[in-house]
Amino acid sequence: MSTAITAPAPVMPAKHYLNDNYGIRSWLLTKDHKRIAILYLFSISFFFLLGGSFAALIRMHLLTPNGELFSADTYNKLFTMHGVNMVFFFLLPSVPATIGNFLVPIMVGTKDLAFPKINLLSWYLYMAGGICSLIAMISGGVDTGWTFYAPFSSGYSKTHVIMMAVGIIIAGFSSIFTGLNFIVTVHRMRAPGMTWGRLPLFVWSNYAASLIMILGTPVIAITLILLALERGFHIGIFDPKLGGDPVLFQHMFWFYSHPAVYIMILPGMGVISEIVPCFSRKRIFGYTFVAFSSIAIAVFGFVVWAHHMFVAGISVYSALVFSLLSYAVAIPSAVKVFNWTATMYKGSIEMTTPMLYAMAFIGLFTIGGLTGLFLAALGLDIHIHDTYFVIAHFHYVMVGGMVTAYLGGLHFWWPKMTGRMYPEAPAKLAAIITFIGFNLTFFPQFILGYMGMPRRYALYPPEFQVLNVLSTAGASILSVGFLLPLFYFVWSLKYGEIAGDNPWKATGLEWETTSPPPTHNFHQIPVVTKDPYAYGEEGEVPVVH
Amino acid sequence: MNLNFPIFPDQASSMAWHVDALYLFLVLITTFFSLLIAALILFFAIKYRRRPGHEAQQIHGSTLLEIVWTVIPLGISMVIFVWGAAIYYHMQRPPANALEIYGVGKQWMWKFQHPGGQREINTLHVPTGRPVKVTLISQDVVHSFFVPAFRVKQDVLPNRYVFAWFTATVPGTYHLFCSQYCGTKHSGMIGEVIVMNPEDYATWLASGKAEGSLASLGEKAFQQYGCTTCHRPDSGARGPNLEGLYGRPVRLVDNRVVLADDNYIRESILEPNAKVVSGFQSIMPTFRGVVSEDEIMAITEYIKHLSPQASNPLNNRSTPTDIRDNEVPNIQEQNKQQNQQQPQQTPQGTRPANPSGKKP
Amino acid sequence: MSTSQTTTSEHHPALAHQFDSMEQQQDASTFGMWVFLLTEIMMFGGLFTAYLIYRIKYYPAFVAGSTSISVSWGFANTLVLIGSSFTMAMAVWAAQTGRKKSQIWFLIGTMILGSVFLGIKAKEYYDKWDECHIPGHIIGKGFNTWGGCSATNKSLGNIAQEIVERGENNHEEIPLGAATQTAQQTEIFFSFYFAMTGLHAFHMIIGLGLLSWLLLRASRGEFSGQYFTPMELGGLYWHFVDIVWIFLFPLLYLISRHKGGI
Repeated sequence: MSTAITAPAPVMPAKHYLNDNYGIRSWLLTKDHKRIAILYLFSISFFFLLGGSFAALIRMHLLTPNGELFSADTYNKLFTMHGVNMVFFFLLPSVPATIGNFLVPIMVGTKDLAFPKINLLSWYLYMAGGICSLIAMISGGVDTGWTFYAPFSSGYSKTHVIMMAVGIIIAGFSSIFTGLNFIVTVHRMRAPGMTWGRLPLFVWSNYAASLIMILGTPVIAITLILLALERGFHIGIFDPKLGGDPVLFQHMFWFYSHPAVYIMILPGMGVISEIVPCFSRKRIFGYTFVAFSSIAIAVFGFVVWAHHMFVAGISVYSALVFSLLSYAVAIPSAVKVFNWTATMYKGSIEMTTPMLYAMAFIGLFTIGGLTGLFLAALGLDIHIHDTYFVIAHFHYVMVGGMVTAYLGGLHFWWPKMTGRMYPEAPAKLAAIITFIGFNLTFFPQFILGYMGMPRRYALYPPEFQVLNVLSTAGASILSVGFLLPLFYFVWSLKYGEIAGDNPWKATGLEWETTSPPPTHNFHQIPVVTKDPYAYGEEGEVPVVH
Repeated sequence: MNLNFPIFPDQASSMAWHVDALYLFLVLITTFFSLLIAALILFFAIKYRRRPGHEAQQIHGSTLLEIVWTVIPLGISMVIFVWGAAIYYHMQRPPANALEIYGVGKQWMWKFQHPGGQREINTLHVPTGRPVKVTLISQDVVHSFFVPAFRVKQDVLPNRYVFAWFTATVPGTYHLFCSQYCGTKHSGMIGEVIVMNPEDYATWLASGKAEGSLASLGEKAFQQYGCTTCHRPDSGARGPNLEGLYGRPVRLVDNRVVLADDNYIRESILEPNAKVVSGFQSIMPTFRGVVSEDEIMAITEYIKHLSPQASNPLNNRSTPTDIRDNEVPNIQEQNKQQNQQQPQQTPQGTRPANPSGKKP
Repeated sequence: MSTSQTTTSEHHPALAHQFDSMEQQQDASTFGMWVFLLTEIMMFGGLFTAYLIYRIKYYPAFVAGSTSISVSWGFANTLVLIGSSFTMAMAVWAAQTGRKKSQIWFLIGTMILGSVFLGIKAKEYYDKWDECHIPGHIIGKGFNTWGGCSATNKSLGNIAQEIVERGENNHEEIPLGAATQTAQQTEIFFSFYFAMTGLHAFHMIIGLGLLSWLLLRASRGEFSGQYFTPMELGGLYWHFVDIVWIFLFPLLYLISRHKGGI
């Protein structure tokens, strides 16, 4: 346990990265990875709220079977905008660009990322992409679905597809540069003594996600470029009328977009790997296995893309191969879930807000992941593909998984980033409300999907109404759960309890420096001698200063 | 609001319960493991809650446990994979005696043509107890033919035929959905599959004002577009004879062997120089923009009926790799022999792509 | 206890604050550039894969397309680019050995050769414009069924005619109808031709920009044996662009050329 003398009340450090420099130029031209993380935090929150608003409109529209709220065209734009915003401008950058940017250099024990200016460029590219996307939205929106299937998107849609595609391509480069930065930092800038086997699992996860970022994202870039060329110049790449092949678009699109979902979830899993040991006061069970499972997910994630295309007209043999490999990619995720659970065994557990989110993640991700097995089963996928079952599945892993992990991480590291604690009671309440709202929203969709309700439907047969109403009811609760943190986080900036260096008594280099950290992260670069998650060794990890 | 809501779809095809069995197995597995994990973490959170005097036990891990919980999920996954693959494989093999219906999807409706010439829009009448194979194509973007009650779905592509098959078992009216987003009225591209017992179905067939069977419509189109100019059974014809062609392997000028299926016939009409039959010249003009998808389907149906056998020889084969090499007559050999007798540029005496009556 | 922060009072002016030593900076920067080039390989790779898929699907048309672009100019460009890689490598060497004048001349040489490449490419593009081998129907001339101009001069760039003539040279009678269909399909070949060479040229233009910046810094004497990282990174980038061309040239100009004739 901690040293016997009552510790003095925590104090904000006099100088830290937030007050080191004032003025808008010091923020917009910053090279400090922590400030860039905060910039991202603002932008990502904006796009999350935007995407969430579209979701709210969708759920409201679906209260009645006859689609009385919006026209079909508007509805089609709503689900497209919801998907594009959430996938490209929220989920993909969420943990890596905010929490990852903030923590990866500190966790490996260095002053900044390898290429700070490129890090800032990443943010500007993200903003540029976001602005293009907003322009497309404001000019009337896009109605192709976030998947942009050809030939509809290249030859038939009358909306601003090219502008949106350009926005996504630019945001893709933002992602590539973030991934590049992480990889070089982890390889070349670890503190003395920080071997690969001592890296926090959060770093392993972000590293694995970065591998996917750099290898996969260029492919979506070229795919969208070709789509834009076809749409703009009427050349035949994907449109059969011009000699192209629509299935080729799907292959190229999913070659990136499947690994992309692992870019989204891996950093979230990294967050869980940090929270669970801390609030169990116990080292992670099976460190090596959890670390390598991240790499395995990254590798296997690249060879399963056509499981999105089982009914698209691929050959029987392709389908068999991709189905088999899709089961392989599920196994490392299962291994992580078991390891987290085993970490709690014989631990000393405190149910703080981050821990609540982590436990919710474990349960909801398990359900989401297992429903992926339904989709990987060929004969069954024929029935449930392109139905609400798929929607429920990916919302379970993305919202029940990823967003939950993101919120858990924000709460866990909020004291580190701001020097203030968030208020625990409203936070726990928000977590519980979110959990209830989430399940009520998405569980009925599994049933709807098996019943046969297709995706992207503005109207539906009346017998589906009850389940849709339940889902919308859940969504209204979920939105409350998501909005509450906005309020109490902002409140905490002024009125939150001062956190001190290590309010959670957690291990990890980030907790060895002040909250908020100084601009150069450490007053002196640490030398690492202990394993990560060395909980239980006198309570605090002695790191040699 | 309609308070009478079902939570499980109708089972109206022979495949439905197979798919449902796998689904229920997966539901059990999911429920079991989700509840297990949820129960464990809640149990641990309570049993090992933070309290004075109880310290966490630092456990590094257990390789044995890691192996166990890797191998068991892998084993279960393999069972699911094989089960799912078996169902899928069956879905890709329509039986030989299937009733063949043609379907065209376009923004935003479905059109079906029965072999008897009956046409339907957004409705499809089928009998119970008989396999039905729907050959589908799109006129514009990618659609998807989805009948939840049959557990059948197939994306419908432009420029390429695909098929879906089912055997309806329970009379009734079931939803037909388009399940691949296709634009404004995607959710309006729905219809009904009306399953009737055989007597009622026969009555329905007889009641419509068909202009003649689909094959006879195809024959009319075949003559109207001048196909008979070259595709004749006599010697000196400039195009291959189409009798007995459908479902047979065909040798091309570059020595490739392909199967004369629906896609082959369609391609030969729209892009005739893509696959030129061995022994013939590439002189056929394209009919792209001239002939509609409906007409192509009718012509295909007509060509199918030019086979001496009534049944469709195609259904038990899906790929040309099934074709054994000695089944394909060596047109070039035959032509060489012909040319030695009469030295002329064009092949003397037209050989059909496959002489009928030879081994299958 | 111990610290690993550099305490030498003579900090190289180019040492960035996040790095502990010039060696670490050089190491990390080079590694970073390799990772970036890997992403570029994935991007071009996607494009090449699509190209190869269509090559298989429309084989005769792609043969005709390949034959209609000039192997001589393509070969000239290859030599030019290889030459520019040589001058670039020499520029990096000059930086490493602190030869300021050589750095400048070699950089200028590289830029000149790069510009020559772009000039030849522009000429090739102009030829395609002249023969109306421009895919799509937005840009002026349009692609016709015979793969040539919609103008009154039907002989210029008439791929269908070329196919028939090549057939005659090979003692094959290719009917005009078949040749016309093949010629129409060459539109897809040209789509890829322009996309691939266009993307490549775009990278070259960026490369020229980078070289100008390097030239500026070199002329200020910023590079030496202690610090030549930017030159090395510029060299890596330039060599990469060269290698992409080494793949482009055979894939577009050379494959199956013999089947199409000269």
